[in-house]
Amino acid sequence: MDKLLQVKDLRVSFNTYAGEVKAVRGVNFELDRGETLAFVGESGCGKTVTAKAILRLHQPPFAIIKEGTEIIFDGQDVMKMDKKELQHFRGNECSMIFQDPMTSLNPTMTCGKQIMEGLILHRNMSKQEARKEAIEMLRLVKIPDPEKRVDEYPHQMSGGMRQRVMIAIALACQPQLLIADEPTTALDVTIQAQIMELLREMKEKLHVAIILVTHDLGVVANFADRVQIMYAGQVVERGTASEIFYNSQHPYTWALLSSAPRLATETKQELYALGGTPPDLLLPLECCPFAARCEYCMQICREQMPEETVLSDTHKISCWLQHPEAPKVKSFYERQAKSNG
Amino acid sequence: MNIPKEKFTIVGSQNSEAERIARPHISYFKDTMRRLKESKTAMAALVILILLLVMVIIGPYLSGYAFEEIDTRPEYKNAPPSSEHWFGTDKLGRDMFSRVWQAGRVSLAIGLVGAAVAATVGCIYGGISAYCGGKVDTVMMRIVEVITSIPYLIVVILLSVVLDSKSLGTLILALTITGWCGTARLVRGQILQLKSQEFVMAAQALGVSPMRIIVKHLIPNTMSTIIVSITFAIPNYIFSEAFLSFIGLGVQPPDTSWGALSSAAQAQFLFYPYQLFFPSLMIALTMLSFTLLGDGLRDALDPKLRK
Amino acid sequence: MLKFILKRLGYMLITIFCIATVTFFLMRSIPGDPLASIAQTLPEQTRANYYAKYGLDQPLFVQYLSYMKNLVRLDFGDSIVHPGRSVSAVIAETSPVSGIVGLPALFIGLVLGVIFGIIAALFKNKWPDYVVMVIAILGITIPVFVLAALLQYFFAVKLHWLPTSGWGEVRHMIIPIIVLSFGTIATYARYIKSSMLDTLGQDYILTARVKGLSETAIIRRHVLRNSILPAVTLLSARIVGIFTGSFVIERMFAIPGIGFYYIDSINNYDYSMTMGLTIFYGALFVISQIVVDIVYVLIDPRIRLGGGSR
Repeated sequence: MDKLLQVKDLRVSFNTYAGEVKAVRGVNFELDRGETLAFVGESGCGKTVTAKAILRLHQPPFAIIKEGTEIIFDGQDVMKMDKKELQHFRGNECSMIFQDPMTSLNPTMTCGKQIMEGLILHRNMSKQEARKEAIEMLRLVKIPDPEKRVDEYPHQMSGGMRQRVMIAIALACQPQLLIADEPTTALDVTIQAQIMELLREMKEKLHVAIILVTHDLGVVANFADRVQIMYAGQVVERGTASEIFYNSQHPYTWALLSSAPRLATETKQELYALGGTPPDLLLPLECCPFAARCEYCMQICREQMPEETVLSDTHKISCWLQHPEAPKVKSFYERQAKSNG
Repeated sequence: MNIPKEKFTIVGSQNSEAERIARPHISYFKDTMRRLKESKTAMAALVILILLLVMVIIGPYLSGYAFEEIDTRPEYKNAPPSSEHWFGTDKLGRDMFSRVWQAGRVSLAIGLVGAAVAATVGCIYGGISAYCGGKVDTVMMRIVEVITSIPYLIVVILLSVVLDSKSLGTLILALTITGWCGTARLVRGQILQLKSQEFVMAAQALGVSPMRIIVKHLIPNTMSTIIVSITFAIPNYIFSEAFLSFIGLGVQPPDTSWGALSSAAQAQFLFYPYQLFFPSLMIALTMLSFTLLGDGLRDALDPKLRK
Repeated sequence: MLKFILKRLGYMLITIFCIATVTFFLMRSIPGDPLASIAQTLPEQTRANYYAKYGLDQPLFVQYLSYMKNLVRLDFGDSIVHPGRSVSAVIAETSPVSGIVGLPALFIGLVLGVIFGIIAALFKNKWPDYVVMVIAILGITIPVFVLAALLQYFFAVKLHWLPTSGWGEVRHMIIPIIVLSFGTIATYARYIKSSMLDTLGQDYILTARVKGLSETAIIRRHVLRNSILPAVTLLSARIVGIFTGSFVIERMFAIPGIGFYYIDSINNYDYSMTMGLTIFYGALFVISQIVVDIVYVLIDPRIRLGGGSR
């Protein structure tokens, strides 16, 4: 029972006027205690939807987590929790921060009160205790002058500060899992680095497991233990950070890697841009969803969905190129080595 | 798994196909109409409005009595609805059916003309204010601020007293003299917001001429706001006119309006309630229909609700 | 903050000054003079005295200056139709009557409107929502005089529960207050509903949910405050609604309030009364608007502390 989180066959659908949009189509993954897992993919590939589903944040009837989905957190099935259990689970055991700190804080409540809310609810603290703890949390997330800041309203703070407050709110009750949904996307580049640094520190100090949702492989590189690449509501490749960065096998991962700018490369290369857009999730998917955009697309890719191939204990991939009959193609690394050499 | 070998030949990407978007392309206008049609209340309101409009045009000729014609037979004074007089008669013996539709002409005309005048003036004023910007904008908006800080109906009452509004023209003037301020603010705000938006800046950066930006970007994007505000303004004018007529300042005899009819009927309401029923039903129906249609239009035109 | 209040007060004075000036010159621009109809019947000498009494023998500008000077002392002059009756006295006498009907109507309208709006938002697309929205739509679309007539008919004529009109006892006030509050109920119910639905879609509600707050706590602690605060700005429009509603209501129910005398003065060509009451109404509205503005700034932290990043 060492796994903190096990997600089995997660399916989420949105009901729109045009029909049912299957945003997440059977995602499985596991997470150890204190581990950091990153979801990477383009916009609209189901990363955020998956992350929100863990906390059951989708509001029926518009968004529904399908029957048959299992989300086991610390031995409990989140899908079977009643209201009370779910409220205890949220905030206390699992917490989440969002992309835009400008809109994710209540504008008419002081930052301190917003941190205290969770403490009073889950820790049965008195107001004074909660306030003290809130100041401590603000200090922990490195907000200068926390005694003063605790009584300020969100609009009196900068974007980076607000995201720190969000982190303080999320970590106030010391949850075991923190879901960070593109926590740096809305921030300036310099602030981005500070926030990631803060998250890393929190991870070490509080031993909290983190699920990081991002489209930026650069952010992932020295932060995540494991990475899972998502495309069209499915996981197409998963592995440890080094497996993904140095030995990835999926053409989509290659495309993502080659479109990330690198400072380290000596030769000036043009940035790679992947053509096209992800498939419309309104349609049923019977073949590999990436087929239409894949450089190495084969006949079979357009006819059948590939199965997950196991490359190592941690490294798994869904791609027809792994089939013994498939031709060997030059991977991204071989080609890059060539262009560099 | 047995898969024939030839399936494993690389055929490469099909970007042309990847670009294809599966959802049918729906133009903004079509999408608006689709959502408007989906809203049952808005469609019902539209039908009622069309019916009212038709009746207002042909209604006065249907009963065989002219609206100012007096039925001199004594039993036909304050008569209840009958086969002779479908909506009954008033205290002078005039046919209420004809009068209601004749009054509708005046009421609807005031609503439509008032809203059109106010919208035009408001658009021009707001447009100039937003286009010039700077000092001109500040002064123009200060003026609007002062005007709008005076209660609308007080201004209208004062003007009606001063102009001694005997004709429709002066009445509409009194009703619209400050009515355009709301539209002016709305248009100015909308244009200022659009001006700072990326797509307009992009168009400017691409060297699109100002005229083309106004025609292609600013007008279509403000249009929806203006249409919605007109839809809500029409019932307000009808209501204001009814109010003025009710307190004796609006349409003067022999002309009549729904408000004037209600006012006359209210005096003897306790004895002949049906006289109040028809004109006030028409006012309520018109207000209701325009309000519901406005709600429907606003929702249909709201790009945030586009899915 | 102080600067803001002073600035608003400054604007207020300017606006009231404008209203008074415009009203004065508009009323004076009416063809013939205000005394014409009465003066015709009087002999020459009396007429001259009469004109002198109202200062109408002096040049327009002098009249304006003395009128404005008197205004500062809250003296609106005398009624023309009822000589010896000062406009200020009429205001002092009748405005409490209007207040007794108007203020409860505003209060009831606010409370019920907010409650109905909350109910409609919480039960969106269920029957309570439909009921509230039907009430709201009716409240906006049915003219006050129709509603008043209907209630009069049912409660007074048919059921004999309440008197049709009159003044002096609590039972006289019930129908007028209900009628006057209806518009406010309708406006607020609609506004609060859409504002609450809007707030429920905000990101910070998601944050609150993630904290593990129950839905009731979310509504109570995060939704209500944020959706009701902006509704304060509607208040000034509702105050006007009550004013104008009272013109009709007071006439229909024979309530001796200020609206009754206003309409009366218009119909009797009592120019000085009309002028004085118009300025009074204008000033009252401008003041209530400023008060609402200041209250809003005081209670909403987003603008209260000014200089915020947005």
